[in-house]
Amino acid sequence: MSPLAHAPIAPVLLPLVAGVALVFLSRAPIGTQRAVGGLAVALELATALALLAIADRGAPFAYAVGDWAVPWRIVLVVDRLAAWMLLLTALVASASFLYACAGEDGEGPWFHALFQFQVLGLDGAVLTADLVTLFVCFEILLIASYALLLHGGGVARTRAAVHVVVLNRVGSVLFLVAVACVYGATGTLALADLAVKAPAVGRDGRGLLEAGAGLLLVVLALKAAALPLGFWLPRAHAAAPAAVAALFAVPTAVGGYAILRLYTLAFPCFAPGPCGPSGLVLPLGLATIAFGAVGALAAARLRPLAGWLVIVSVGTLLVAIGTFREAGAAAAVYCLAHATLAGACAFLVADLIARQRGAAERLDVGAPLHDVAGLATLAGVAAVALVGLPPLSGFVGQLAVLQATAAEAVRVWTIVLVGTLLTTIAAARAASALFWRPATAMPDPADVAPAAPLTPGGARPPWPARAATWTLALLLVALTIGAGAALDWSRATARQLADRAAYRDAVRSVGSRAAPPVSH
Amino acid sequence: MAGLLAAAVGVLFAGGTWLVLRARLFPVTVGLTLLSYGANLLLVASGGATLAAASLAGRGSAAPADPLPQALVPTAIAIGFATTALVVAIAVRLYVVERAEHVDGAPGEARERSAAARVEASTGRPEHPR
Repeated sequence: MSPLAHAPIAPVLLPLVAGVALVFLSRAPIGTQRAVGGLAVALELATALALLAIADRGAPFAYAVGDWAVPWRIVLVVDRLAAWMLLLTALVASASFLYACAGEDGEGPWFHALFQFQVLGLDGAVLTADLVTLFVCFEILLIASYALLLHGGGVARTRAAVHVVVLNRVGSVLFLVAVACVYGATGTLALADLAVKAPAVGRDGRGLLEAGAGLLLVVLALKAAALPLGFWLPRAHAAAPAAVAALFAVPTAVGGYAILRLYTLAFPCFAPGPCGPSGLVLPLGLATIAFGAVGALAAARLRPLAGWLVIVSVGTLLVAIGTFREAGAAAAVYCLAHATLAGACAFLVADLIARQRGAAERLDVGAPLHDVAGLATLAGVAAVALVGLPPLSGFVGQLAVLQATAAEAVRVWTIVLVGTLLTTIAAARAASALFWRPATAMPDPADVAPAAPLTPGGARPPWPARAATWTLALLLVALTIGAGAALDWSRATARQLADRAAYRDAVRSVGSRAAPPVSH
Repeated sequence: MAGLLAAAVGVLFAGGTWLVLRARLFPVTVGLTLLSYGANLLLVASGGATLAAASLAGRGSAAPADPLPQALVPTAIAIGFATTALVVAIAVRLYVVERAEHVDGAPGEARERSAAARVEASTGRPEHPR
């Protein structure tokens, strides 16, 4: 095997090695930890770009970890969708890392190690080609995210962490139940094999299989924060340190990614019909948009507002996925990138503003802002992109979603467009409160007291914080200017997703051990 | 055999669900543990519950039992054990700062402030360091 053949394992190995090294370096000076973490993040970004180039050649690229024999082996697959998600993870991780280096990483030990483990779980979940490895990678990223959520301590973070841990623990149990149901019905857990075996399941196993596929949707909807299971998100993301909240945009997107992957590849038998678990994705997306918009209107604080706007963008993503048509999948691929970058950007901007206005970050009262021009530009980019107004990427994504759902225009367009109107009102209200009447707004002393400004005296935040936020804002602008190229890539990705045989061939043909005919 | 396993899984899930819905830190922790046990048993059952199969391939004349679930269950147990330990740690931490055993912590904003003050008093530093 040429060294290049091992490339798909690199996005998993890099954060693993860096994370373990950082565990041992946890008592080293913060500068050393930042250097090691920064090197790892830079290498991860380079790897993601290299894998994107490999994926652009066209065929999915598989890697058999450890080269085990067929029924037991673990396969990683780099295709266009996986490479796209890897790049997104690396980009958001870079910005989040940079922001953390402005001071948040020093609030407690272990930050950089946990950060790498979070990236490890994300990369693994994106690359894996079977349900069990997906479960394990989700657990890795969840355990890292619990600890990151608690980073720095505090009552609000502890309380949010209890909710997130309990909810996700129940989600993990349901994931195991789903795995058991799917395995009991089909006898396989590899996504490529499920594509063949799931449609062939007879009447006996049909109920079991549908229960398994439905439970998987519940679990992934919890990760993606879709409607009935998304109420934890605004609270948890608002309580988390800003760099962590920005990074948390990726696990949410990975939930959407997994829905797209599983219900196009592994359970295609449910995809086209209106019933069955995957028929629920579109209505769930619409309901998520509606509730997210109402939540955004009701939000009285800045970071929960950003959280509700993220939920609306998740809803739009689910609507795109829920069409289960090629145009919808292409829109979903574009929306994945847009929603992740915009969500991360919004939390960083919200933190830059909240640091100056006081810890309670109320919209109605707060200390006057310094550097209003810069902050207002950043907030404008984040809000316009997240809400979906022209000219930024949110609008392009929403247009693609609307085009893909033209067949159900009355129901879908009404909810998506009214949702946009409501979130526009919410964002505009927040912006006018923050930037147009700051001089009259006096801080409530009780609110301002526990504030921890990035720099004392309300001076400009340090350069890493500003650079990280500007990076994300400029990436959003780039995603808009390069929308033609990005949409071409998205359409190619959707075509590749529809070509399930190519994925299966890539998985079957990999490895030095000859693959015997699959038996069960 | 299958009936016995199914009954055990059902009882574990029923008990676990009830305890999780109690919304108090200790019952929730125990409930999550019961739920994990139920899921593990279900995983074992998913490979087909048989008494006669050989546990290792190549030993004895009987056909071997399906090895995949037997590999999955230890993974699930290890992960479940680790996260349960984490739940306990976070629950204890919430109890220490809030003196309330509800998963939502102490109700009301006033209690919130007093909790922050208590943290400050007990640790000698504000809730958010620096």
